[in-house]
Order: sequence, then C-alpha cells, then structure tokens
Amino acid sequence: MGPEPIIRLVDITKTYRTGEIEVHALVGVSLTVDRGEMLAIMGPSGSGKSTLMNVLGCLDRPTSGSYLLEGREVAKLQKRELSALRLSAFGFVFQGFQLIARTSALDNVALPLVYAEVRPVERVRRAKEALARVGLAGRENHTPAQLSGGEQQRVAIARALVNGPRLIFADEPTGALDTRTSVEVMVVLQSLHRSGITVVIVTHEPDIAAYTDRRILVRDGRIISDDKQSPRDAAADLAAMPDRAAA
Amino acid sequence: MSAIGSILPLAFAALGRNRMRSLLTSLGVIIGVGALIVTVASGEGSKAVLEAQLATLGTNLLIVLPGSSTLGGARGGPGTGKPLTHSDLLAIVKESSATRYAAPIDRTVVQVVLDNQNWLTTVYGSTPDFFAIREWTIGRGRLFNSSESDAGAKVCVVGQTVATQLFGEGDPVGRVVRVRGMPCEVVGLLASKGQSSQGQDQDDLVVMPWVTFKSRMMSQDRIHVGSILVSAVSPDEVSHAQAQVSGILRQQHREPDGELDDFTVRNLADLAATQEHAADAQTGMLRNVAAVSLLVGGIGIMNIMLVSVTERTREIGIRLAIGASENKVLLQFLVEAVVLSAAGGLIGIALGIGGSLALASAMGWPFVLTPFWIVVAFGISMAIGVVFGFYPARKAARMDPIDALRFE
Repeated sequence: MGPEPIIRLVDITKTYRTGEIEVHALVGVSLTVDRGEMLAIMGPSGSGKSTLMNVLGCLDRPTSGSYLLEGREVAKLQKRELSALRLSAFGFVFQGFQLIARTSALDNVALPLVYAEVRPVERVRRAKEALARVGLAGRENHTPAQLSGGEQQRVAIARALVNGPRLIFADEPTGALDTRTSVEVMVVLQSLHRSGITVVIVTHEPDIAAYTDRRILVRDGRIISDDKQSPRDAAADLAAMPDRAAA
Repeated sequence: MSAIGSILPLAFAALGRNRMRSLLTSLGVIIGVGALIVTVASGEGSKAVLEAQLATLGTNLLIVLPGSSTLGGARGGPGTGKPLTHSDLLAIVKESSATRYAAPIDRTVVQVVLDNQNWLTTVYGSTPDFFAIREWTIGRGRLFNSSESDAGAKVCVVGQTVATQLFGEGDPVGRVVRVRGMPCEVVGLLASKGQSSQGQDQDDLVVMPWVTFKSRMMSQDRIHVGSILVSAVSPDEVSHAQAQVSGILRQQHREPDGELDDFTVRNLADLAATQEHAADAQTGMLRNVAAVSLLVGGIGIMNIMLVSVTERTREIGIRLAIGASENKVLLQFLVEAVVLSAAGGLIGIALGIGGSLALASAMGWPFVLTPFWIVVAFGISMAIGVVFGFYPARKAARMDPIDALRFE
C-alpha cells in the first residue's frame, strides 16, 4: 500500500427524507482519491453527483459509511472543526460563481483570509497574488458586475486557492460559460493541478471531463464506472482555437 | 478581540452597500435617543429654572399666617381667626435662635399715581428685613433704612414693572409718587426677579415702611400684623426654626396643650419639594414615551436585519461554505445591528442636544445635560442593537450552506 490517500470513502449512503418519501441520493459509494489527482465526477442531473460533491466538501454529512480525509474520520468532527477544515484545506468553485455582489474582486478573494484572521496587509498581498495567478492582475477593484462570466469564475478560483488549499472542489465550473471561456478556466484548473493541488470537478460535459486524468460516472446514487485516462492539454487546445477577435 | 477587528470592516462594508436603508433603519433609534436626550435636558433645565425661581422667594423662608376661625362648621381662611400681632413678631425676633430675620407683611392693591400716569399695583408694608428675607437686591438708589422704617417716613422702593409703567425709561429714584393720596419719595429701584414659578410678575410691587403703611394707607393701629415672614439661619435650620416659631406663638397666644394652632407656619422647602415632584413626574412620563420609541426603533432594526438576512441568504451560504464559522457569521450580523443602532444613537444624541439647545433658548431655560445621560443614551442604543440583532444574526449563522447557496 502506497501513501495515505487524501480521500477514502467507504460505503457512503445519503438518504434525504422529505415528508413520507425517502430519497436515496447516495447508495453505498466507495471511492479513493490519491493526493495530486485531478478527477471528474460525471452523471446526469439527479444522479447524486452533487450530493457526492457536498459530502466530499464537508458541506453535508453522510447518513452512513466512513469518510477518511487525510486519514481523519470526518463524521467525528464538530461543526466548528468542519468550518476550519473548509477554510484551510479546501477551496470551492461553485456553479454560478457565487461571488459577493457590489464587492471588489480583491475583497471577494480576500474573504477566506478575513475568516482565517490573516493581517490586512498580508491579506491584500495574498489576494493580489491569487488574482495574478488566474490572470486577473489589474482587475482587483472591479466588482462582479463589471467582470465577464469567465473573469468572475477566475475570481472564484482565486478565492478558492488564496488560502493555499490541498483540495479544490469545482461544481460545474464551466456550466455558465461558452466553449472558449470554459477552456480558459480549465487551463487555470490544470495549472493548479500541476502545482500539486488535488482537483475534483463535477460536470456533465464530457469535453470538460477530458481535461482530467480520471473520470467517475455516477448514476442513481452509485458509481458505475471509474476510469483513468490521459488528459487533454487545455493550454494547447486554447492555442489552437481561433482568436476571439478574429472569430 | 481580533475576531471583532476582522469582522468590523465586513459589517461596515455590508451597511455601506445599503446606505439609504441603513439610515432609515436607524431612524427609530435616532428619534428615540433624540427624544430621550431632549426629555432629560428639558427636565433638568426646567428644574434648574424652578430652583432658581424658588431661590428668588428667599431661601430658608417660613411664612406665618394668622389662624382661621370655624363658625358653625364652616372654616374660614387665614385672617378669619385670631390675628397675628406686632408683639408676636418681636417675640419671634427675641426668642427664636434658629431665626435670622423676621419681618411683618401687610399689603393692599392700590393705584399709584405719577403726574398723569397711574398704575394699579400691590403695595407692601414691611421692614428692611423683608428685603433680606426675600433676597431682594437694589438696582438703583437705596433701600429704606430702619430709622425711616421705625419713624414711618414717607419713602418707598418700587419694582421694575412699576418703574417702567410710571417712569418709562426715566430714573424713578428721587421722584415723588402719590399712593392713596399720600406723597411718597421713591428712594430705590429693586433689581428684577422676573416671574415666579406660578407665572406671577414678582417685579410688580411697591414696598414702604410697615409703620407708614399701617398708619397712612390703612389708617389702622400698629398692633395687628397681616403675616410674618421668617428666615432661618441656614437651610438645615428651617424645620428647627419652624418648631421654635410655633412654640413661641402658642405661648404668645396662650394656647392650652392639646388645642390646635390658631396660626399656620408654612415652610417653602415643602412647597419646593412638591413642585419638583410634579416636574419629576412629568419628566418621568416623557421618558417613558422615549423608551417606547426606543423599543419601536429596536423592533425596526430587527425587522430590517431579518429582511437583510433573507435577502443575503446566498451571501451567507458563500461565507459558510468557504469556511466562516457560525460564530463569525453571527458576530458579523450582530455587529451590523449594533453599528446601526449605535450610529443611530450618536446621531440621536447630536440631534437631541441640538433640539434641547433650541428648546432651552426658546423657553429661556439654561441648557443642562449631565454627561451621565449621554453615556446612558449611547449604552441603551448599543444594547438595543445587541438585543434586537441577536435573533436575526442567529438565524443567519444557523443556515445550511447548501440550501443557502441554492437560494434564489
């Protein structure tokens, strides 16, 4: 056996109860993710892929089963400890960007640092650095309304990486974006992956899943396939695309 | 502390995004605190006026009134019973150690004539001690002295109102007025005292020696005295003086033990206490009104904070999802509420001080506001934020991040 996997799910179930009806969102899911992997969780809507994502991101607790995160049993953690975990170890990129309106890109990116009680000067330095890393240097003072969809998603990615996370969860990160912008976002995610961060993407687009090195298919709350693949290079694809100005 | 330090800018940023709403939300607290300050300041101001007015009556003052008679069950007022006499007065002066001054008072309403001018006023007959007891000071000229007083000289001093009515801007000192036909030299003009606490013009009077008054105004003997003014040696001695005067008069009038007094000794300190009590009750009631508007202001803050929490559900979801602890989200919304109410408090204090100053100048009061009340008003506004902000803040902190993020 190799080093401790970053994620080890064993027989995870998640049951929602709405009134009389029980919804089995996850039924006996087992999954191991190694440190530094980049994987795509795919499936049609209602398949349970978002629930799986929420469980992995510690936003939701499984009904049963065991979730070992870096060897620690998540079920035993207090709410406060889960918050701290999300703050320091995880980065989230949500569908629909989820930036705080009428607030500058810099302040949006710096938000996790506020909760981590980082000093203001250090906060600004690290938020600027994160924005530069996603190619948004110079846009620090723009509010979300003044940014394009692709730019907003890159602000969200900058916010996800500003705390130096070990894991980034991206829920339909390209759901609201056109093809070219989607590839731009994948370029950023691939570069984060290359820097050693484990990246988990939930998507229903095979084109996006192609940029990862592992593809997991979920249907009716079960993993039905789990395949390694060699990823496409997003940067190369972007270079091959016709220039936006020319198109 | 560092948690508050990092949360505070977040709260200010959130409030800054909704400036107009923030102001309107604070309005209830602004009005409540403003009303509180105005109430307290006007209460203290009117009390100061009341105290000043009571002081113009003369401090340590006792008034001795003659007894009332009971005739067939009907009780008459003072003067219907046994009258006071000049020997009563002399006995008080001689025997009461707690008494500094005692002066006889008789008065009548008379038309005072100067050439072709005339004015209806109250003429007092008394002794120079009267001025000491009532703390009258001379504005111009001089008071009549004791030899003039004893000799029944035809001299008098006039109040400001009488002087203005008869002499206009002219100097009354040295002029001769006719009082009920008697020519009388004005030797002095009294300094103005203004209105009494009952709204009476205290400057509308003429004072002449008691002997002159009795013999020339009333054509009466010099035995009976209308009433006697007494001042105690100090405020602490007022009740002691009251007891002594009562004892002396009982002896003078040969009252058997067990009989009721056939005279009344009235203590002005009691009167003052009654008036202050009434003023306090009024202030207290207004303060309750201010408290109610503060309560309404607090409910307004809670209402808007609840709206704000619902409106910002997705924002709260984001904050919780990226790792803000419940405590920090709670703290942020609590701080927002406290900033709203405390800012409202500060504005209310400023407006309240402005309003009190305007009211004080309009009513002719002094502006009195103890810093204690400013601290209290600010403390109350902060407390309102904490109390009424807590429920909305807890609601925000307890949200489920997944549901919150999905909220449209």
